[in-house]
Amino acid sequence: MGAEEDLAKAVRERFPSAFNELGVVRPRVVKGVIDRKDLVEICFYLKEELGFAHLSCISAVDWKDHFESVYHLYNYKTGMTLQLNAWIPTDDPKIASVVSLWNAANYHEREAWDLMGVVYEGHPKLERILLPKDFRYHPLRKDFPQETERQYITRRKLKTGGR
Amino acid sequence: MAEFWVNMGPQHPMTHGLWNMRVKISGETITDAEPEIGYLHRGYEKIMEVREFQKNVVLTDRLCYVSSVTWSHAYALACEKMMGLEVPPRGQWIRVISLEIQRLASHLMWLAAYGPDLGLLTALLWALRERELFLDLLQLLTGARMNQNFPRVGGVRNDLPPDFDKYCAKIIKHFRGKLDEYKRLMHDSKIFRMRTQGVGRISAADAIDWGVTGPNLRACGVDVDLRRLEPYETYDEVDFEPQVWKGGDGGDSYARFICRFNEMRESCDIIEQAVKKIPAGPYRAKAPRRAEGEGFARTEDSRGEALFYVIGDGDDRPYRVKIRSPVYCTMAATPLMLRGNKMADVVSILGSVDVCVGEMDK
Repeated sequence: MGAEEDLAKAVRERFPSAFNELGVVRPRVVKGVIDRKDLVEICFYLKEELGFAHLSCISAVDWKDHFESVYHLYNYKTGMTLQLNAWIPTDDPKIASVVSLWNAANYHEREAWDLMGVVYEGHPKLERILLPKDFRYHPLRKDFPQETERQYITRRKLKTGGR
Repeated sequence: MAEFWVNMGPQHPMTHGLWNMRVKISGETITDAEPEIGYLHRGYEKIMEVREFQKNVVLTDRLCYVSSVTWSHAYALACEKMMGLEVPPRGQWIRVISLEIQRLASHLMWLAAYGPDLGLLTALLWALRERELFLDLLQLLTGARMNQNFPRVGGVRNDLPPDFDKYCAKIIKHFRGKLDEYKRLMHDSKIFRMRTQGVGRISAADAIDWGVTGPNLRACGVDVDLRRLEPYETYDEVDFEPQVWKGGDGGDSYARFICRFNEMRESCDIIEQAVKKIPAGPYRAKAPRRAEGEGFARTEDSRGEALFYVIGDGDDRPYRVKIRSPVYCTMAATPLMLRGNKMADVVSILGSVDVCVGEMDK
């Protein structure tokens, strides 16, 4: 676990106060939790100085009391993955875009906005990508209704009409 | 000359599914391009939130109908990382075998689609003929030709059938001969090389920046294969050579073709070794019904890097599932490949990228 500890240490020394949590999850994987204001600065450092050239994925998560934008960064040279969870408050779902660092973020951020409604500020073209252009909701949010009952219809329910 | 937009799709023979490639042309030259996707969006990530962990395997099978096992395996692996579950060795080996058979079937489907894109109908018939053999193997192993529903969280559904290694050896021996036949049909054809060499080029730096992965990235000369870099299952115990374009000046349709084509040979090697090395023992561990925490897994899918990010909140269903589809990311980079090429080459370039709309639109 040497290289993982070194990576965590290097990042913590560079940004002593930015990380709410930083640790080794499993071999070759380091996870850090940050606030949204430090995101671009940390990503710039990770890409330019530590060589995380590949942005694998951006996922937005609705935790009901806050949103999270999760970045999976990958270093092709060392085979190390860094997972960054950036906190976003629910009442102001905005976070800075990282398209200026990785062009791969373009489609991921569009998708996250489309399905989860997190606004990525500075994105060149933040439009609907998977859903129709006139769609008005962000379906992956937890308050968007999901038809849960329909799959669990029992025989009895069918016969009695739900009683 | 006036520039104007042309819609290649949504209904077009080249799309191999339902999506639209808008290209801006000036005379015959493409000056800009813009993919329009989402026609096949089925809301997978939302549906998976109300189904139990084990039942979601059925859904992930249908992400891409030509490589069901690889997608379900990526999902099962992510769930195992979240639960901290270890698959028994025999289960891991069976997974490797099924993954490689599925990769062969998927690459053969790509070859069958790529031939007609270039006007080479023979390739369609030949590749589908050999794909049938590998579908037979999958049928023997899993009981189905499509949507196998084979990997499980914690292992695989069933053990290898009797004499499976003999069937594998027989089919692979036959297939190796056919690969040489393909080579004479494709590589040695001057017309094929004229249509593909130097067409649809993307540089290695651009490919990494835009998140292109898998055979498309290896065609740019970047040695990245997750089976080697970040071995999952028992890939660290088999001996194989990741197929990277070595000729310099790669990144064109021809390099992508060569990388995918040679990968089929490597898959054959892996299957041959795996059926010999497989140990006896259980093939499935019992997975907990409920799970809390988060986990992600990245695997080398037939088309690139597949990533599943699964979060559980202590219920028997995932709280959130995120699917990273390789084709979705490659699609963002296709305008770079298309710009500057001729209108007639759009079909051949997109054919060499290997698009699967099901996993792209989720």
